[in-house]
Amino acid sequence: MMLRIRGFESKAAECFTKGMLAGNIHLCIGQEAVPTGACMALEPEDYMASTHRGHGHCIAKGADTDKMLAELFGKKTGYCKGKGGSMHIADVAGLHSLGANGIVGAGIPIATGSAFASKIWGDKHVTLCFFGDSASNQGTFHEAINMAAAWKLPVVYLCENNSYGVSTDIHGVTNTDTIAVRAKAYDIPGETVDGNDPVTVYEAVKKAVDYAREGNGPSIVECLTFRHQGHYCGDPAVYRPAEYMEHAHEKDAIPNFRKKLLEQGTATEEELVAIEKAVDEEIEAAYKFANESDYPDPSEATTDVYSSDNERSVVR
Amino acid sequence: MSKKISVSKAIGEALHEEMTRDENVIILGEDMGKMGNVFGITVGFQEEFGAHRVWDTPISESGFCGMAVGAAMRGMRPVVELMYNDFITVAADPIFNQAAKMRYMTGGQATVPMVLRVPMGAGRRNAGQHSQCFENLFCHMPGLKVIAPCSAEDAKGLLKSAIRDDDPVICMEHKLLYAKKEEIPEGEYTIPLGKAAVKREGTDLTIITWSREVNFALEAAAELEKEGISVEVLDLRTLVPLDWEAIVASVSKTHNVIVVSEEVKRGSYAGELSAQIAEELFDELDAPVERVCGLNIVSPFSPTLEDENFPHPADIVKAVKKVLNK
Repeated sequence: MMLRIRGFESKAAECFTKGMLAGNIHLCIGQEAVPTGACMALEPEDYMASTHRGHGHCIAKGADTDKMLAELFGKKTGYCKGKGGSMHIADVAGLHSLGANGIVGAGIPIATGSAFASKIWGDKHVTLCFFGDSASNQGTFHEAINMAAAWKLPVVYLCENNSYGVSTDIHGVTNTDTIAVRAKAYDIPGETVDGNDPVTVYEAVKKAVDYAREGNGPSIVECLTFRHQGHYCGDPAVYRPAEYMEHAHEKDAIPNFRKKLLEQGTATEEELVAIEKAVDEEIEAAYKFANESDYPDPSEATTDVYSSDNERSVVR
Repeated sequence: MSKKISVSKAIGEALHEEMTRDENVIILGEDMGKMGNVFGITVGFQEEFGAHRVWDTPISESGFCGMAVGAAMRGMRPVVELMYNDFITVAADPIFNQAAKMRYMTGGQATVPMVLRVPMGAGRRNAGQHSQCFENLFCHMPGLKVIAPCSAEDAKGLLKSAIRDDDPVICMEHKLLYAKKEEIPEGEYTIPLGKAAVKREGTDLTIITWSREVNFALEAAAELEKEGISVEVLDLRTLVPLDWEAIVASVSKTHNVIVVSEEVKRGSYAGELSAQIAEELFDELDAPVERVCGLNIVSPFSPTLEDENFPHPADIVKAVKKVLNK
């Protein structure tokens, strides 16, 4: 899974650099262990809300890389028919993926509302809410977690702390060492873990998911991680000290986990090479699918604004 | 068969009937449960339907509006109240960037069947942050539908349709209409979204308006009749989707139009309507379309100041005469 995410992101970066993608993309290279471990702790029926840096979340929740890359290309075969792009990939009915979001912190109340529905229906589904360190400084973080705690809603707040909001160091704008310590304010569990190890992430999130499913309410799980790229693809990230990337490479989950699997004897070199080859093939196929798909017909611009009265509502 | 009830009671009946009909209809907002809403609309609901369907939220408008979006995406039909429409400023993102756009951005996958009830309007001496009319903001945003009923009958029928609609609907309720008692039909009925109503027929000029100003337009029309001027009053009832056919029919008959609204005039929805009529029905017009709106000022507190700030029947009479050159 981590390889699939990195493969997808690397291909997206390549296409963006070649000028094949419009707009902007936010890559999660370096953060792969977090969505991988976190989504493994979910049941397929559980819900997930993502962020602007959300490709990894979607893939980990089960998204097809071909439909995802097609969406990045703005093609009609994409998850959102080319209407959402990188920051709005969703598969609500199928994967229970409630969507990425272009507004930092906006997914937190939406995920909480999903958990609110589960609480009212008593359906036992848990909602996993991804957000970044900087989203924790939005008012929505406080408002939503306060309500989730007061009403014991089945939601897990997963903070991907990569230390930067665009160029701003989280420690320069936040007085606490961790984000998870804020859980105390809501009298809920909060834990900070190494987000560079998928097993550690899995274990922490599994505990929080079980806790939520048993009716105990929300938790905050903070995963410390590294954003290898800048804020957006092409951002040279001159605002970061050199040590940041040194740590990032040292802690890079993909080579480290590979080494660990070999050392433990969990996998052989041949098995790992086979996996790497399969991922390369999948991503190449996704690229071919996205590149060869058609753009939406311009007449599609005015569909899907409304579910009823669409035609007359978009005219006047 | 009909019965006489207040507008607020009619709104309460719509909510009650829809909650009984569909268990996915839930209510959330400030003071909606124990207190039964500051205008008494949901008194007794929490006891009857349970605390899991009528929620007293904390004062977190952005949070609970965003939660309603998430719950609606899952299939709930939340009816959310902002205590005053003015508070949309602190809940702008979940309504404008999330609820309105979710369907489009996901390529038609997500539906957000929520209703946001927003008490609005001047005349209660509530000053600058509790008296505004934000039709322009809500109508601007593609993806939102907007209703603004003027009567008990319309309020009940339109709200019921809004709750059953799969798109997010903003229900603009004028606070000074709540206590008004009117005849409404007995029993179950709905009024479709997007259908205007001719509240008074006339031949010389069309007043296009909605919400509380409909009543002022009718008063003005009665006054003008004494002077031999025949005015048609077209109550839009739904602002988006707009009943353009009704506008065309009326303007093609009277050839003169004023648009009356309580909004700040600059950038108002009244201005948008006036532009559409000027663009598309120019050949039907005998005179330029006149907007009769609030002033471009902050809602004042003092009665003498506030009364300057929204159109009264006398202002409408004056505007009609100006357009008709009488």
